[in-house]
Amino acid sequence: MSPAAAGALFIASLLLALALCHRPLGGYMYRVYAGTRHSRLELGIYRLIGVKPDGEQRWSGYARSVLAFSILSILLLYGLQRLQSHLFLSLGMGPVEPALAWNTAVSFVTNTNWQAYAGESAMGHLVQTAGLAVQNFLSAAAGLAVAVALVRGFARERSETLGNFWVDLVRGTIRILLPIAFVAALLLVAGGVIQTFDGHFTWTTLTGGQQTFTPAAAAGQEAIKELGTNGGGVFNVNSAHPFENPTSWTNWIEIFLLLLIPASLPRTFGRMVGDTRQGYAILSVMAILAVLAIGVTQWAELGAGGTVPQAVGQAMEGRETRFGVSNSGMFASATTLTSTGAVDSAHDSYTALGGGMLIFNMLLGEVAPGGVGAGLYGMLILAVITVFVAGLMVGRTPEYLGKRIGTREIKLASLYFLVTPALVLAGTATAMATGTGRSAMLNTGPHGLSEILYAYTSAAANNGSAFAGLGANTAFYNTSLGLCMAFGRFLPIVLVLALAGSLARQAPVPVSAGTLPTHRPQFVGLVVGVTLVLGALTFLPALALGPLAEGLR
Amino acid sequence: MDRVPGRLRPHLAALRALLLLTVVTGVVYPLAVTGVARLLFGHTAGGSPIERDGKVVGSAIVGQSFTDAAGEPVRKYFQSRPSAAGDGYDPTATAASNLGPEDIVDVLPVPGARNGRGEPDEGRRSLLTQVCSRSMAIGALEGVSGARPYCTPDGVGAVLKVFPAAGPPARAVSVNQACPARPFIAAYQGVRVECGRPGEDYAAGRTVAVRGDVTGVQVPADAVTASGSGLDPHISPAYARLQAGRVAAERRLPLTRVTALIDAHTIPRSLGFMGEPAVNVLELNLALDRER
Repeated sequence: MSPAAAGALFIASLLLALALCHRPLGGYMYRVYAGTRHSRLELGIYRLIGVKPDGEQRWSGYARSVLAFSILSILLLYGLQRLQSHLFLSLGMGPVEPALAWNTAVSFVTNTNWQAYAGESAMGHLVQTAGLAVQNFLSAAAGLAVAVALVRGFARERSETLGNFWVDLVRGTIRILLPIAFVAALLLVAGGVIQTFDGHFTWTTLTGGQQTFTPAAAAGQEAIKELGTNGGGVFNVNSAHPFENPTSWTNWIEIFLLLLIPASLPRTFGRMVGDTRQGYAILSVMAILAVLAIGVTQWAELGAGGTVPQAVGQAMEGRETRFGVSNSGMFASATTLTSTGAVDSAHDSYTALGGGMLIFNMLLGEVAPGGVGAGLYGMLILAVITVFVAGLMVGRTPEYLGKRIGTREIKLASLYFLVTPALVLAGTATAMATGTGRSAMLNTGPHGLSEILYAYTSAAANNGSAFAGLGANTAFYNTSLGLCMAFGRFLPIVLVLALAGSLARQAPVPVSAGTLPTHRPQFVGLVVGVTLVLGALTFLPALALGPLAEGLR
Repeated sequence: MDRVPGRLRPHLAALRALLLLTVVTGVVYPLAVTGVARLLFGHTAGGSPIERDGKVVGSAIVGQSFTDAAGEPVRKYFQSRPSAAGDGYDPTATAASNLGPEDIVDVLPVPGARNGRGEPDEGRRSLLTQVCSRSMAIGALEGVSGARPYCTPDGVGAVLKVFPAAGPPARAVSVNQACPARPFIAAYQGVRVECGRPGEDYAAGRTVAVRGDVTGVQVPADAVTASGSGLDPHISPAYARLQAGRVAAERRLPLTRVTALIDAHTIPRSLGFMGEPAVNVLELNLALDRER
């Protein structure tokens, strides 16, 4: 079989597996969040936390809980890193520098997992498993909770409340993430991913050299890192490392895991609003955008455009032999279409257009299918903007799912959309305008701009992958990218919850002859169009100076 | 709880929730995974170590260098891919090169000059020149042609800087070939091509990569590129076959025996379509050592 044919089968098998899981997992997540019964374990947890599980929160209370939880998480993770040499299981690693510790703490709490450190030389067992991996669970569960709260906003009528954040957080962690991650972790160990709390040891190689074993409880972290669309590698080279991703089939499992929950959430959404056709419409938008993006990257990478790939004959620089070009490209597409940011190959060495497409995936807002929770709420915001645009065309007050999209609603949705471009473009411009910013580039010319554009895009969109040539472990980048990650996560969350609050208060608008149906192919096409046009209009100038200038000469 | 002011209540709940969930996901979960993994898959959970004569000599899934102390290939062993991890295959410093597809212009070392740390100036070799020089070296080692498109016969990137940047050329320099090298082409659009002078700034010129007319490249792609991890344990079957003749001659083994060992250590695509076929270099070399 030719590599291209095998690659196409690889992609098709992934899409098929996701399609098969969409209904059962989506339905299960619906029952998790809609259910009224608490398990005994959960009741015990609520008692220890000190919250009443049946007490509902208004949008502002829900938002305050998310923010309080996240800020405390940042503080704890910062402290763990700064103090790791005084704690146990440090593997002899020293304290993490303040700017780097801030960057890393924000990065993991915001579900970004941008990494300006190398795991094998900076973080011991304790920080990895009880700090970083914990946030892999909790930031994903928080994202799920916010998405569910927004959907409740659409589903409820004349309601002041959106649910209880603590209940949503605990249920998401215990009923969804933990069981799947546990099974996935064991599968990964079977494939060769390491899982040990041992120390370092050194061996002599066949030719007399020395090699050191770098221990880690990698499998457990790897599983939730993909499942929670986090992406932070135990080791510097992330999922390219044989200890994180040893075979071509563990590679398949990791891609599957990182797409699993985001691709199933539209079903949960459809069930919650009482009309599964709405879920299928959203899923269709995601699928169309994803297939287009995957296709472009595969075309560019298998075509091996550019001087070095032509000299080599294949785009093999930065790729592992066991994965090859096509499967590496699929991983790269999946990781940037979600907010994962794990990598199994070096994105910096991608062809100009293939790498440019990866940036564009993130710039579209990571909605196809997007991060755990974040993808669904991002897509619903785009749907709201689409009904507004459609409403302008025909001169009617726009409605979505029986809720009127009035002044307040469209203001909140527009502000949501503007957060990422503001952070990406202002951040990139600032870095390019300063000497410290420019001197971090490994590559020169348009590719250097791409490195910086990729960094701010990745941070603001909470992705976390990198054109890793950028020397980003400086006070300037650690601080500015940390701010981008924080604003890029929490501003949208507050805006989404505010929108959910005002939707929940409304009485439903009865369907009339003039209502735009939002489950038909026409609406699917409209949302795809609005997403692409908004993304292209906002970012084309920046992309033209970077990847397009490099790829089209 | 009831005595805490209302405004602070969510913060106290947040702290308790954080600590409790840290215990669940950060202590119970990793310990449970470790316990079950060790029970069911103890060997892989511990890093798939390979022992010979009772001593660990490597991990089955981590690549290693088969070079001598001077960095030269040991001829009786199959060679791994180039690596950007530390000095090569260093698990404590995993890395890719991270160089882009248009990284094709070298900075030539200036003879006699020193860098900031007082060491001799080494310049900077572009990704293209690294690929070309690896290809020539492997070609020489295996007794085949190392020629590739966009590479000069002396193993650097075939790249011109043309001045002025726009309009008809008045001057052309083969920037990656340090004087007194003979440029890979004599003339570009009627202008004589000069060799590159170390230290001279050619940034203002237009960059022109020259493909040349090489066909039938004999050194495979994975042999001239660094992997994503720097620890790639595999090479392609094509690169293994290229090395078979040299290894067989060095070990005085029949070529058919060596190719049979290659086939035995070739991992096919999982389920027939996942990934690419790959040869585990360490296991193949260990099998060869067991032959004689």
